[in-house]
Amino acid sequence: MPQSASARPGNQTPETVTPRVALFVTCLVDLFRPSIGFAAIKLLEQAGCEVHVPDAQTCCGQPGYNSGDSANAAIIARQVVESFESYDYVVAPSGSCAGMISRHYPDLLSGDKDYAERARRLAAKTYELTQFLVDVRKLSALDVKLDRRVTYHDSCSSLREMGVKAQPRKLLAAVEGVAFSELPDGDSCCGFGGTFCVKYPDISDRMVEEKTGNIAKTGADLLLAGDLGCLLNMAGKLKRQGSKIESRHVAEVLAGMLDEPAIGEERREGER
Amino acid sequence: MSDRDAILAAIRTRKRPAAHGEPAVAPVPARGRIDGAARIDLFVRMAEAAAASVKRLSSPEEVPEAVAQYLAAQNLPARLVLASDPKVANLPWEDHPMIAHRTGPATGQDHAALTTAFAGVAETGTLALVSSPETPTTLNFLPEHSLVLVSAEDICGTYEELWRRLRLATDDGVYWPRTVNLITGPSRSADIEQKLLMGAHGPVKLHILLIDP
Amino acid sequence: MQATSDRFVDNVRKALDNDILQQALGNVRVNFIEKRSQAVAGLPEFEDLREAGRILRDRVLADLDTHLLAFEAKVQAQGGHVHWCADAESARQTVLKICREAGARRVTKGKTMIGEEIGINDFLEANDIEPIETDLGEYIIQLRHEPPSHLIAPAVHVTQQQVEETFRRVHRDLDPKRDLREPSSLLAEARAKLRQRFLTADVGITGANFLVAETGSSVIVTNEGNGDLTQTLPRVHIALASIDKVVPTLDDLTLLLRLLARSATGQEMSVYTTLSTGPRRGDDHDGPGAYHVVILDNGRSKMVGTEKQDLLRCIRCGACLNHCPIYHAVGGHAYGWVYAGPIGAALTPALIGLEHAADLPNASTLCGRCEAVCPMKIPLPNILRHWREEEFQRGLTPPTVRRGLGLWAFVARHPRFYRLVAGLGARLLSGMAGSRGRLRSLPLAGGWTAVRDLPAPSGRTFHALYRQRRSGGGGKAGGGAA
Repeated sequence: MPQSASARPGNQTPETVTPRVALFVTCLVDLFRPSIGFAAIKLLEQAGCEVHVPDAQTCCGQPGYNSGDSANAAIIARQVVESFESYDYVVAPSGSCAGMISRHYPDLLSGDKDYAERARRLAAKTYELTQFLVDVRKLSALDVKLDRRVTYHDSCSSLREMGVKAQPRKLLAAVEGVAFSELPDGDSCCGFGGTFCVKYPDISDRMVEEKTGNIAKTGADLLLAGDLGCLLNMAGKLKRQGSKIESRHVAEVLAGMLDEPAIGEERREGER
Repeated sequence: MSDRDAILAAIRTRKRPAAHGEPAVAPVPARGRIDGAARIDLFVRMAEAAAASVKRLSSPEEVPEAVAQYLAAQNLPARLVLASDPKVANLPWEDHPMIAHRTGPATGQDHAALTTAFAGVAETGTLALVSSPETPTTLNFLPEHSLVLVSAEDICGTYEELWRRLRLATDDGVYWPRTVNLITGPSRSADIEQKLLMGAHGPVKLHILLIDP
Repeated sequence: MQATSDRFVDNVRKALDNDILQQALGNVRVNFIEKRSQAVAGLPEFEDLREAGRILRDRVLADLDTHLLAFEAKVQAQGGHVHWCADAESARQTVLKICREAGARRVTKGKTMIGEEIGINDFLEANDIEPIETDLGEYIIQLRHEPPSHLIAPAVHVTQQQVEETFRRVHRDLDPKRDLREPSSLLAEARAKLRQRFLTADVGITGANFLVAETGSSVIVTNEGNGDLTQTLPRVHIALASIDKVVPTLDDLTLLLRLLARSATGQEMSVYTTLSTGPRRGDDHDGPGAYHVVILDNGRSKMVGTEKQDLLRCIRCGACLNHCPIYHAVGGHAYGWVYAGPIGAALTPALIGLEHAADLPNASTLCGRCEAVCPMKIPLPNILRHWREEEFQRGLTPPTVRRGLGLWAFVARHPRFYRLVAGLGARLLSGMAGSRGRLRSLPLAGGWTAVRDLPAPSGRTFHALYRQRRSGGGGKAGGGAA
């Protein structure tokens, strides 16, 4: 479990000093849906942060790490440490990537005498987006309105690696007009699991079918989550099923940035 | 090299000290750490929650009558096998000549048996029965109806207390019994589509006669 | 037991297509999870007990030989025998020898996973000794010639209708017109059939949930009472246990018992928890004349002192299976050996060799629900990842996967090249999807698009857009959409 915000290094007094926050964009956001990154920046600035996007970032190294290629994962991890360590905080719109840095980098680099301590320090100041906004920046009010029936999927990493559950719900409660329903069996994996969904597509399909069945039961017309991998998986299944339920990253809603069509939806003419 | 030597050698070359230091004393749940009437009430409540039935009696002399009532209520013949322990065998059975009884271990033919427990554990509504010539283990398992006598003063709050008593009674383990049964309710199985059914192989019913003056 | 773990993918396909199995597995998901949750909520100290249990087990494993020797000495002091067996063959021969010396023809069995591991039933039959399973679930699968599919509910994959069919097929001496619609009638039939077997068995074989060094006792935990009848009525009692089962004292036992039933079935305590110590005492009227404990290694001592040691903390509660979405989808037989679910995926490679079970550690999203409910806090996802590392190092990872990972790593390590590739990829996929916004099929991504659409990228990468906005307008980037 992450330590309480006040016990962690790099935490300047929120009210008086403007923290320098480095955004870890994530490769999926970069490639598939940049609007999430911009929404994250807007929210962080709204919460009084100075946001930077380190130039050399690519991937957190999780695909290789979870597939047993720790050597390459360690090389990427060292790159991330170098790019991000000079900031006060590292924030990612993804429990999965935040978890990789925060929970696994110390283990991955524990044998590296030059990087072990640096990895631990970086891990201690890395957060998932909603976690950072609520726990560290104490953001509680949003000037946003959305008349939709909404449900929320907690990604496994957010829930179990980062301890994120109350935070996105607290922020959604501050969005005027949102009618929120909890997802039945909400802490059950959606079946994405990185390479798992293509290595064992049959099992993954069964899991995502279970998940979309539960989503439909909530009566929501908008599915939100904090991880784009899960969202691509669930939205892809919903669309294949012909469902009208839309999917977005929670940052888009919290930042009031809904011009982009929902994930996997038709693009209007001229939109890029 | 014998298997024993090989296994021990394999462990010895590989074992490493545990990462953490001296372990703290394991927590004993607060639930069982109560005394007096509250402890007895807890025992009864937990035993009943596990589908045992409990009859409170104010003296051992009431036992044969309670047994007669139970057998009648269950539509059983007025016949049972008794533990030869004096707490059971020396009860006033002569006042109830309609109850046919014998003492000894159970056979496959007995419908009901009455034995006496070493103690109870209020924490989970559990009976602790100990094997001996006077309290054979088969009385606890073979008959469909298991009746067990226990005194309120023998109800422990927690398992820690039970073990303290048992160590004392067995001269610190020197005379440790062949079998210690911790019994919580009657036999059951959920192996058929998770449906809970009573009386799998052990008794269908567990009836506790609690002497609480 | 013969392993089919190397046919995992085939096993999975069969399991997913098996409607009866899927129906049965639905019960697992709902019942076990809810019951455990309620039991945990009813004990405020549960989390503290988990931590204390983990520390206890680690302490024992750090000095395992000492505790096993203390146990052995106590068993012998009470008149019992301890047999140390390095592998399955040694254990089988030991059990056979004891049975032969007792002149045994018929053996009743309580549930024992170690028994499954060493394939004792088939071996006894091959040596003209009849093994009779007495746990209702084990009895059912014995009649169906199937292995168990769960740690504590071995017949969880069987529906009531299938039980009826099996009983009608096997219990041919009973009236064919009898009514077996109620599950209680099935139970009553099994009870009656097995009662006679209990009473006429020569030897009783049980497992052992724990071995207590303080008293030299083996402990069994059941709800049915079959284990007790198995070990009390015959002339000889054999308890099968793996080397990791030993605990030092009765108080240590209590700590683990407080975690076991709650984690397994959501009960406060299983109905029958029994400590057996040595043979019957001089004046006892019942109990076995001889008591034997067979302690099995079978690859476990090799795990001591490694990152796999944590697996030896397992107390066989089955909580990890009950909470695993992969287990919910495919059931226990798909894993191909004795142990299923997350513990099966982590332990099987250690006991039968990684090359025979290479799929098991990979068939997981590492969601972590298993670790969250494990009463012994076993870091199952970490261990599965260790196996994946070992596969990678030993070249067991499929070449296409290695190449894909190598390619991705190369791109990720070179940011400028990454930007180029990402930009091209985003444009390409966006173009292919056009105004639909998603792709129904995509070469090389058949695993994904066979069952779901792939939402298309918006066309430009974040980094390209960010750079553009920074150079284009200066000041704050990211306020409002493009």
